[in-house]
Amino acid sequence: MKKRKLSKFFTSGYLILILLFIYLPIGYLILFSFNEGKSMTNFSGFSLRWYENLFSKEASMLQSIWTTLLVAGIATVVSTVVGTIAAIGLSKAKRIVRTMVLEVNNLPVMNPDIVTAIGLMLLFISVKIQPNIVTLILSHISFCIPYVILTVMPKLRQLDDNVAEAALDLGATPWKALTKVIIPQIMPAILSGALIAFSMSLDDFVVSYFNAGVGINTISMYVYSMKRYNLSVNAMSTLIVVTVTLVLILANLIPWIKDKKAQKEETQNA
Amino acid sequence: MKSFFRMSYPYILWIGIFIVAPMFMILLYAITRTGNNTLTFQFTLDNFSRFFSDPDFIKVLLTSLRIALFTTVFCLLIGYPAALFIANLSDRAQTLMTLLMTLPMWINMLLKTYAWRGILLNFDFSSELKVFIGMVYDFLPFMIIQIHTSIAKLDPNLLVAAHDLGANNVKSFLKVTLPLSVPGIISGITLVFLPAVSSFVIPKMLGGGNYVLIGNLIEIYFQQTGDWNFGSAISLIMALIIITAMWATKKLDRSAQED
Repeated sequence: MKKRKLSKFFTSGYLILILLFIYLPIGYLILFSFNEGKSMTNFSGFSLRWYENLFSKEASMLQSIWTTLLVAGIATVVSTVVGTIAAIGLSKAKRIVRTMVLEVNNLPVMNPDIVTAIGLMLLFISVKIQPNIVTLILSHISFCIPYVILTVMPKLRQLDDNVAEAALDLGATPWKALTKVIIPQIMPAILSGALIAFSMSLDDFVVSYFNAGVGINTISMYVYSMKRYNLSVNAMSTLIVVTVTLVLILANLIPWIKDKKAQKEETQNA
Repeated sequence: MKSFFRMSYPYILWIGIFIVAPMFMILLYAITRTGNNTLTFQFTLDNFSRFFSDPDFIKVLLTSLRIALFTTVFCLLIGYPAALFIANLSDRAQTLMTLLMTLPMWINMLLKTYAWRGILLNFDFSSELKVFIGMVYDFLPFMIIQIHTSIAKLDPNLLVAAHDLGANNVKSFLKVTLPLSVPGIISGITLVFLPAVSSFVIPKMLGGGNYVLIGNLIEIYFQQTGDWNFGSAISLIMALIIITAMWATKKLDRSAQED
C-alpha cells in the first residue's frame, strides 16, 4: 500500500514538472506584460502601460492579428469545402487513382515546411506573380487541404454505401443524396478537419514568410521581424492566451453540459 | 452514386498545380545554373557538388542532424514516462491532462519562442543548448500525444493476463506495453525529428546570429543571397535525407513487429 502511494506521488510529481515546463514560457510572457519597465528579464513593478500601448500605438501589431485571422478564416473555409468535396470524390474513385492522389496529397504533410514554402514561392514567381495577400491565402489553402482530406477520408471509408444507394433508389437526386445522407454522416470529421486547418494556418510561419510579400505581416512574421523586445507583444500574447483558454473551456464545457442534461432527462423519463 | 468520383477532378487539377508543380520547380532550379531564364536552361550538377565539397556546408548539415537527433531522443526519454503516467490516470484526469497539454499548442509558436528568448537571457548557456531547449519545448507535446494515443488503445486485459501468468510490473511493461506502443513511438519520432532537422526559426531566434542550421542556410540563399538554384539544391538534399530517415524508421518498425 505504501509503495503504491509512493509511486502515485512520483508519477503526479513528474506530470506536474512536465506541465510546469510547458507553461513556463506562457507564464513568463504574461508576467512581463505587466512590467513597468522595458526589460524582459528584470521585473521592476506592476503596470498596464503595455496594454495601453498596444491599443494606442501599435497599429501594425493589431493589423497583424487581423491579417492572421483573415488568412486563417478564408483558408479554413475554402480548404474544408474543397477538401471535403475531393475526399468524397476520391472515396468513389478507382483504387489506383485514389492511392496515387493520396500519395501526392501526403507530400505537404511529410515535407518540411520550408520545402513546401519555397516550392510555392518558386511557382508564383515562375508565372510572374509577386508575393501578395492572394498568394499568402492560396499557399495557406494549399497546405491546409491535405489535412482536411486526411481527416475526412477515414470517416468516408467507414460509411455504409447502401444508405446513399437506398436514398437514390427511393428517388433522391444525387445532390440530395449528397447533402442529406452523406455529408450529415461525416459532419464530425469535416468539423475536426476544419479545426485542424484553422490551427495549422494560425500557427504557420514558414509558408507565410516566403509567400506574403512586402508589408503584409501575420503575427508570426511580426514577431520574427522584431529587432528588439517590445512588451506590447507580451500584452498581445496575454490576450491571445486568455481568448484561447476561454474558447477551449467553452468547447469542452458545452458537450459536458449537454451530456448532463441528456442524462437528467433520461433518468426523469425512466 | 458512382458518378460522385467526378468530384475529385478539381482536386486532381489542384494538386497538379499546387503540389506537383512546386516540387518540380525546386528540382528544376536545383539542377540548373544560376541566372538562367525561362527559355534557356543550362543543366548542371554543380549546385550539389558545391554543397558536398565545402566542409562548412557539411558541418552545418551534421550540426542539424545532431541537434535533431538529440532533441528526438530527449523528447522520447522524458515524453514516454509522461505518456505512460497519463494513460494510468482516471478517465477524467486523462481528459484534463490532454486538455492542459494541448492548450499551449494553440498559442503561436513564434510567441512561445520569443518568450524563451527572454527566459534564456537570464542564463549564460551556449547557443546550441538554447536551441536544444527551444526545440525540446516545441516538439515534446507531439511525442507525448502520439505515445499516449497508442498506450491508451492497449487492451487492459493483456496486462491482467501478463500478471496472471506471473509477470511483475517491470516484466509486463517490457513484454506487453512497450512493444505494443512502438507505433506511437515511431510516429512521435517522425513528428519530432522531421521539423527539428529543418527548423530555422528556433535557431535564428534562440541561437543568436552565428548559429546556422540547414534551414537557415536555405533561408539565407533564398532571402539574402538570392541564389535560388543553390538554395533549391540544399532543400532537395535535406528533403532526401529526411525521406531516407523516415524510410529507415518505418523499416525498423516493421522488422521489430515481425520479431
